[in-house]
Amino acid sequence: MRKWLGRLAVIAAGAAIVGLAGFWFVTLPAVVTSSALPPHTPNLANGQTMFNIGGCASCHAAPNSDPDKVDRTRLGGGLALRSPFGIFYVPNISPDPKDGIGKWSEANFVTALWKGTSPRGNHLFPAFPYGSYQHMELDDLRDLFAYIKTLPPVEGRVRRHDLSFPFNLRRLVGGWKLLFLHGGPFAENPSKSPQWNRGAYLVNGPGHCAECHSPRNVLGGIIESERFAGGPTPDGEGWVPNITPAGLQHWSKEDIAWSEKEIASFLEDGINPAGDFAGGAMVEVIRNTSSLSAADRAAIAAYIVTLPPRQGPKPPPKK
Amino acid sequence: MIRTMFTIAAIALGASIAVADQDPVAARRALMKANGDEAKIGVAMMKGETPFDLAKAQKMFATFEDAAQKMPALFPETSKTGGDTAARLEIWQNMDDFRARFDKFAVDAEAAKVSVKDLDSFKAAFNAIGKNDCGGCHEKYRVKKS
Ligand code: HEC
Ligand code: HEC
Ligand code: HEC
Repeated sequence: MRKWLGRLAVIAAGAAIVGLAGFWFVTLPAVVTSSALPPHTPNLANGQTMFNIGGCASCHAAPNSDPDKVDRTRLGGGLALRSPFGIFYVPNISPDPKDGIGKWSEANFVTALWKGTSPRGNHLFPAFPYGSYQHMELDDLRDLFAYIKTLPPVEGRVRRHDLSFPFNLRRLVGGWKLLFLHGGPFAENPSKSPQWNRGAYLVNGPGHCAECHSPRNVLGGIIESERFAGGPTPDGEGWVPNITPAGLQHWSKEDIAWSEKEIASFLEDGINPAGDFAGGAMVEVIRNTSSLSAADRAAIAAYIVTLPPRQGPKPPPKK
Repeated sequence: MIRTMFTIAAIALGASIAVADQDPVAARRALMKANGDEAKIGVAMMKGETPFDLAKAQKMFATFEDAAQKMPALFPETSKTGGDTAARLEIWQNMDDFRARFDKFAVDAEAAKVSVKDLDSFKAAFNAIGKNDCGGCHEKYRVKKS
């Protein structure tokens, strides 16, 4: 905690030196205008695929004490996400015109997912994983928006986030974006197969796998050199495993190896090569990936096995 | 001969109880690991990697039932940490729900042991147990720590 405060002081001092005016300018929220959107006929089936791999329901569906009873189509929000910065309460994104996003334009929606900016021009907090969604293709976002519009409107606004100062200042998120929000939509790697590219897109864009499977720095940004190499869960109770070959291979000590086939099958039924059933937050991810096509799961697996092997932070000593 | 066997059995039994007394974490992890080893055989049959074998299926469900009956006693207040446990503290905040899940797990495993006759009925029963019993409990009450 002390260390935190120390660093905060440094950041605060830094911001003062840069000068408030300059900070104000460079942290202006970015937007996408509707004139930037060419004509498009939505493909609802693709929108539903994006909804599933995007895991929108995992956060935005109204919670239930029995996760299997959650109605994944009712996006009334309300889930509490615990983080080192405080508690985020996930908002209502159902098509309700008053409490949800029923009145949003397509451009508003694209702006939120690509730029993390709300229709009123505020920065959205990166607890909404737009650091990954920024890599989604425009057509996929438009199909996703069309699909969400077909879901039932749910009334009711969610309470405000409960964040500690200064993390409650939306404007500061502009600084976060400068540091961590890079790159536009996914760029294909022409030297790789279409299957690999599809997997890379699903994992890094809508699937946002790295958001959980990577360690973060004190500002909550992913440590790039350790992407996918695992780290503590945001609530600090557990550990998200390293899914680069350096992590998945440690299993070979137990004479159990993760093949491409086994990763794909894990994403379908949650059973790992040891006959163990996934637990924790991954169960919710598997609810999403189990509704993808087998081809998409195979593509994700084909990409995951080619991740560069990386060592992540060391888990806390066993006790 | 028979006497020696009895003695050995008694010692073995006594030893396993003693282990459970001393180290509930090791005992519950061993029971769960046995579940995993059996489930692995089940998965192979389900995916058609090995042929369906009714005796193996029944042995698997029997192992599940046995674990389900022994597990609830292995979470004393003193075993919240230690032994590299992956048990979540939520268990001790919701002990009634946690225990009820093992009761249900035992009932489901016993029912499957009796009702499963062929590959199709096996797949249905195994899938339901895996998702609702194993997966459901691990989602809420287990967290990996490394
Ligand atoms: C890890 C949890 C999480 C996931 C997954 C997630 N969101 Fe969110 N979302 C949030 C949080 C938290 C906010 C609130 C951010 C804020 O207040 O700044 C949010 C905000 C939003 C907003 C802005 C709402 C408003 O009223 O300003 C939209 C739109 C949105 N999410 C859409 C989506 C879509 C579409 C998906 C799936 C592709 C998705 N979200 C997946 C957590 C999540
Ligand atoms: C919300 C956080 C979260 C997201 C998003 C997430 N994971 Fe996970 N993942 C976890 C956790 C936690 C575990 C540990 C599961 C357990 O305790 O059994 C895990 C486990 C795994 C494992 C097993 C690794 C091992 O050594 O046991 C694989 C493989 C995996 N995830 C792949 C993925 C892929 C691919 C994606 C993206 C589609 C993804 N994960 C997205 C949290 C997440
Ligand atoms: C009612 C709750 C519950 C049910 C049902 C359950 N488990 Fe578990 N399981 C746990 C808990 C809690 C742990 C962590 C134990 C510890 O580390 O102290 C665990 C751990 C495990 C482990 C890891 C053991 C190790 O090596 O540490 C495996 C494998 C496993 N379970 C398999 C299964 C399988 C397979 C099923 C279903 C057939 C199942 N479990 C059903 C609660 C449950």
